Amino acid sequence: MSLIDNINKAFDHRIRLGIMSVLMVNDHADFKMLKELLGATDGNLASHAKALEKAAYIQVEKQFIGRKPNTRYAATKLGKAEFKKHIDALEKLIGK
Amino acid sequence: MEPNKYLEDITEIKNIMNRSSRFISLSGLSGVLAGIYALIGAALAYTRLKMMSSANYEGLSGRSSSLWGTDVIRDLSLIAGAVVVLAAVTGFLMTLRKSKRSGEKIWDATSKRLVVNFFIPLISGGIFCLVLIQYGLPGLVAPATLIFYGLACINASKYTMGDVRYMGLAFLLIGLISTQFIGYGLYFWALGFGIFHILYGSMMYFKYDRNRNL
Repeated sequence: MSLIDNINKAFDHRIRLGIMSVLMVNDHADFKMLKELLGATDGNLASHAKALEKAAYIQVEKQFIGRKPNTRYAATKLGKAEFKKHIDALEKLIGK
Repeated sequence: MEPNKYLEDITEIKNIMNRSSRFISLSGLSGVLAGIYALIGAALAYTRLKMMSSANYEGLSGRSSSLWGTDVIRDLSLIAGAVVVLAAVTGFLMTLRKSKRSGEKIWDATSKRLVVNFFIPLISGGIFCLVLIQYGLPGLVAPATLIFYGLACINASKYTMGDVRYMGLAFLLIGLISTQFIGYGLYFWALGFGIFHILYGSMMYFKYDRNRNL
């Protein structure tokens, strides 16, 4: 079935789903904000973010706020489009 | 995979989108209380103005020429200031309580954004009102406060419950109407800051808060 094809394996995890959800409605989010929102540990969040980054669904911007390093994430165009497809597929599957 | 998992995913996505972009711990009840303070304040202001006008009719003292004598302005400012401070403190405390209960942090990215976006129109409005007084147009102060407060609510509504937007529109509307009824500012204030706050506050209370307590 073609619907199943649109279910994206890259989003098939609670943390990845969460990261993408946050980045769909916010221009960007920093590591700390994501951590608090998703209730994830540092390592867990970092590895899932890495996976999404590898797929080019999100981009990472490292910068300094004063002297503190700050990592923030933003969804790429590709990531937003793919996530939208994923949500549509989920909704259709529920509807059936 | 069963459909339940998909449903869970969708619910989770919606939940996180809301939580990450909107501050939803605003307390409806604090709106009601703010409205009650405003009504009390308006009643006090009304009696104070009554006192002033009767004093003016009776005595031909030197001060009667200045209708807006300095102590009347001072008293009215005191009343208005007290109402604002009381409403802000109550709102803050009740929102703090609600956010503790729902496990939302009170000072995070969403609440910061809410406060910043609320205060941009509000502070511009405050400055604008001072300018109106500077040019001797106190009659326009009441409409201006209502209009700018409405704009502040509309601007802030993107970052909290959407209902705030409709309250903002209501304020905007009566603010514009009140420009045609200069001199009745106090009544429009009572209607807006009093009645509208109570109305929308209780609406939000029944919609969001009560279910959580049950």
